[in-house]
Amino acid sequence: MRRRWTLYDPRLAWLLVAPVLLLLIFFLVLPIAVMAAYTFFTFVTAGVETSALTTANWHEFLTDSYYAGFLLKTLRVGAITALLCGVLGYFPAYFIWATTFKHKWLLLLLLIVPFWISFTIRTFSWINILGEQGVINVALLKLGIISEPLPMLYNEGAVILGMLHFLLPYMILNVYVSLEGIDRTLISAARSMGCTSAQAFREVTLPLSLPGLAAGLLLCFVLAAGSYVTPQLLGSGRDALFGNLIYDTIMGELNWPMGATLSIVLFLVLGFFAAIYTRFMGMSQIVKGLGG
Amino acid sequence: MKLSNGKRLERLHDRYQNGDLSRRTFLTLTAAAAAAVGLDMPWMRQALAAVEEVRFDGWGGTVQDAIDKYAFKPYTAKTKIKVVQGTFGDEDEIITKIKTAKPGDYQVIHSSGVNYYIKYVNGGLTSEINEANIPNMVNVLQPMIDPFRKLTPKLSAVPYDYGTTGIAYNTKVISPEEAKEKGAALLLDKKYAGKVGGYSDMTTRVWYAALATGQDPNNLKDMDAIWAKVRETRDLAKKFWSSGAELMDLLSKGEIVVTDAWSGRVAALQDQGHPIGYLDPAGSYAWMEDMLILKGSPMAECEELINFMLDPATSIAVAEGQSYPPSLDPTKVKLTEKIEKLPAFDKTGTMKSLTFADPVYWATNEDAWTKQWNRISKGA
Repeated sequence: MRRRWTLYDPRLAWLLVAPVLLLLIFFLVLPIAVMAAYTFFTFVTAGVETSALTTANWHEFLTDSYYAGFLLKTLRVGAITALLCGVLGYFPAYFIWATTFKHKWLLLLLLIVPFWISFTIRTFSWINILGEQGVINVALLKLGIISEPLPMLYNEGAVILGMLHFLLPYMILNVYVSLEGIDRTLISAARSMGCTSAQAFREVTLPLSLPGLAAGLLLCFVLAAGSYVTPQLLGSGRDALFGNLIYDTIMGELNWPMGATLSIVLFLVLGFFAAIYTRFMGMSQIVKGLGG
Repeated sequence: MKLSNGKRLERLHDRYQNGDLSRRTFLTLTAAAAAAVGLDMPWMRQALAAVEEVRFDGWGGTVQDAIDKYAFKPYTAKTKIKVVQGTFGDEDEIITKIKTAKPGDYQVIHSSGVNYYIKYVNGGLTSEINEANIPNMVNVLQPMIDPFRKLTPKLSAVPYDYGTTGIAYNTKVISPEEAKEKGAALLLDKKYAGKVGGYSDMTTRVWYAALATGQDPNNLKDMDAIWAKVRETRDLAKKFWSSGAELMDLLSKGEIVVTDAWSGRVAALQDQGHPIGYLDPAGSYAWMEDMLILKGSPMAECEELINFMLDPATSIAVAEGQSYPPSLDPTKVKLTEKIEKLPAFDKTGTMKSLTFADPVYWATNEDAWTKQWNRISKGA
């Protein structure tokens, strides 16, 4: 006998998630699977590969220290960027949360305004700021503070600065959402029990906002470590990250099997960090941060 | 073996795509066959539809502006066929896109000569041009056509222009006398550490390292010495540029004072009044560019477009606009004074004064050297 549909029927749940599930399968799982298969293809010459299966690409990755060095450098730059985002992003988020300004929405809007301009153009704008004939150098030279332009462009500092510019809003939004979830009476209670403002912040606000901060850190780390455009535009060859290595292997050497191998490696490494976070913090924080 | 009607039409289609048949002949035969047997092949509707546009992908910037202004716009006005344009900064980038697209999505490429031609041939991306449809090819320099024909007797590309990658320098910092005296060694001059640039391209880097080590770029004997020189330039360099626009930006803003550079882009900077000098040191890297028709393109329209581009009046206007000499033979076509003054221009029509890369030699080493250069450029 056929079972009748009920309000919380599991079949209904499956029906509702089916479109998203199909989208995920076709546009995420399947492409990754194809790329994973490509890692076992044989590279013949630039732009030509065969489907003869080989482990040569993985062997090269695992035995050549060049790739491991690049991976560590990418993780280091990603971690520095994420930490700086955390330090620099917490205070604006706290300010927006704590302010009594009646048009708070305006402050939040200001955070989103940079997204209205192309990411590439925003990155390019740093060349006109940090360059030898950029605003900073020209101003310092005219004021007589320096006699030679400062080398601020095409180095790791410029790359991290460019990524901070791009990632800071993500961090601020994450922390802000976390702060918004704090019951303000807890702070009042702490104050009424003799805490100073600083103590109330340290003992109540900061610990309760940590999940948002951690979510922001993970998001900034993953996006920074997977970055390609910023190192390309603001860095020199030495400042390239793993994403640039993938680009050069696929687009420059036209070696798709090795490029696919490197892509899968980056996917696994960043996935590993995301998995650790999920284990200890829960992905819901990121969803909250992104959704506002 | 007996062929089915469907198979026959498929073969007919292949011949058309390869350029063995003109579009008119193909459509006539297809329509006749379809009428006779009542077939409707999946591609037939597309083939029978009139071609309204041709896709072109080039290097962008001043070069493509000139092609658009002096060739594409007049061509569209004459034929009503629109030329849809795309750009790329690096030709490997467009090859990747072509590989992932279906035949016909990309049609005509402003390609970097024989070195890249091999890549298209290896990848099975080339077509076969019907040279009878491009009568203006008769004016094209034979020494430019020969290297292509060596690789594929039936051409898929027609040479269009040429130039050199010489040395560009900021005349406010480096005098023409110093540049002339030092030549290619300027790229290794420690005095300009942090102000040196270069094209982020394996061939250019290895070529200039060959000149610095006194080796023949088309027969390198000591690769260790080459890579040592490449590293030396890397350590002095501020930035390796990856597009003509970036080169012009770095030079015009004074970020770099000396670099290897494309002659036409330097000429464009000079026209804009920037204090940039240019010289071709002995053995300077010469290259040619061609109009390549990809497999799956509407051959008749593409051939017509290239023929229009090779018309002396069009070709001369484009050459003056993009500041690169045309592929027209100066012994057959009267070129202008402006073109004769362009860097790299060869008035003899023999191209003997220019050193081109041996395509087979370089293709043999391309994979390994590109990989090594990519590593060195990232600090290895």
